[in-house]
Amino acid sequence: MEGHRLAPEHKLIDENGKRRDGREWNQLRPIKLEVGLVKNADGSAYIEWGKNKIMAAVYGPKEVHPKHQVLPDRALVRARYHMAPFSVDERKNPAPSRREIEISKVIREALAPAIIVEDYPRTAIEVWVEVLQSDGGSRVAGITAASLALADAGINMRDLVVGCSCGLIDDTVVADLDDTEDKEGDGDMPVAMMPNLNWVTLLQVDGMYSREKFQKAFELALEKGREIYAMQREALTKKFFGGEAMTAQVEEEAA
Amino acid sequence: MAMRKNYVVETIRKAQLVELLAKGRRLDGRGLDEHRPIRVQTGVIQKANGSAMVSLGNTQILAGVKVATGTPFPDTPDQGLLVVNAEILPMSSPYAEPGPPSEEAIELARVVDRGVRESKMVDLTKLCLVKAKTVYTVFVDVNVMNVDGNLFDATSYAVVTALRTATMKKYVVKDDKVEATEETVPVPVERFPVSVTLARVGESLIVDPDAEEESAMDMRITITTDEDGNVCASQKGEASGILPQQVLQAADTSLRVGSQIREELMKATS
Repeated sequence: MEGHRLAPEHKLIDENGKRRDGREWNQLRPIKLEVGLVKNADGSAYIEWGKNKIMAAVYGPKEVHPKHQVLPDRALVRARYHMAPFSVDERKNPAPSRREIEISKVIREALAPAIIVEDYPRTAIEVWVEVLQSDGGSRVAGITAASLALADAGINMRDLVVGCSCGLIDDTVVADLDDTEDKEGDGDMPVAMMPNLNWVTLLQVDGMYSREKFQKAFELALEKGREIYAMQREALTKKFFGGEAMTAQVEEEAA
Repeated sequence: MAMRKNYVVETIRKAQLVELLAKGRRLDGRGLDEHRPIRVQTGVIQKANGSAMVSLGNTQILAGVKVATGTPFPDTPDQGLLVVNAEILPMSSPYAEPGPPSEEAIELARVVDRGVRESKMVDLTKLCLVKAKTVYTVFVDVNVMNVDGNLFDATSYAVVTALRTATMKKYVVKDDKVEATEETVPVPVERFPVSVTLARVGESLIVDPDAEEESAMDMRITITTDEDGNVCASQKGEASGILPQQVLQAADTSLRVGSQIREELMKATS
């Protein structure tokens, strides 16, 4: 059963304040982003975040099927978050679980505010997120990749969406929980936002947070999200303007 | 349940609602952080171990608790099982349909489950009979009987009041064998989570949106708090965003309104 908490088997924070993988409380795992790997898709992006390996692809704007789902004034946004059977320790049944159905919904609702849906009436925009390997924080990693895939597809957007999860381990607020920290820790708080507009588009909380720690974890997620936002922009400029040397030039021109 | 009736009517009605809310008023005369009247009847289903029919305005929810024994999860051998499930009955609204649980019903059950679980409302370690072998299994099944908005809070109140009044058969362990007795004991309820949902319509954040307000809302946020002022669960919904300061404001509103509601629910179940 998902959702239940395990008794801590591991010491999650050592006497020097370091986490199991040597990270500080507010440190992210390494993140690698690449845009445009699924050739058939209108847009795609791949993310490696810690041991997470996730591919996101976008098709659209395209015709809506079944037709009765058409929205007369805007695009219909669909999202599916799916975990490959081999992405976790014990083989996962490939049929969509209740968890995946809920995550698909919140991912859709996290991405949709960034899409200018009014520009594409009577069409569908489909976002497919496939978790190839999962390591805690896969929904926020999926959102981070999916918003790059949307941008890669050339869909009109207000901003990119970036996700980051924070939480509590040993009752301490930490950034970016990995699998063990998520399962054995005291709480998880995935957050997604549109940094330029300062909009939070996904917020889920579980655990037990004092009002003070709730705010601290939430604000840490926003702060870390902005760091990842810079990586997203770099990945996009790399695809469209070729390489990091160009990035500086593009930034200069933009300024 | 989001009701999508008629595009033109919806758009006109929304403009009207937004205008009214900007003046600090709601269609039914409530204040912005005022919830609808809550009615709780417990013990309505004699064959259940605990049950509650809860109305929040015209939203009506029936929750039933069934306790049995079963095997624990291998990774939590010393804990009982607690599962919340929800079904939005086809009779509950002209927009509900029979069939496998909708995305909405799944989200509803999971968000309410999270509030109960993360607040540690039921002490699962007290539901262990024989470690790694036999534990109590507590199923809380929810029937949504009538939909008039804010299913999250109404469901949460029904689940919490049903659990608070639930009893279970006492089992005794003899040589690692579990035997039922005639005696009943209360389900070990320790904490009191209360869920408060706010919707943003136009620029206003309003507590406990009804169906009409939900059809005009851009964003919804549910925050569950406990009696010690902790935040235990939250879920933002709908295809729009929320400013960070509004999240914190919503947390404070949930703590404040939640403590009033906790008192009401406590009275109804003591």
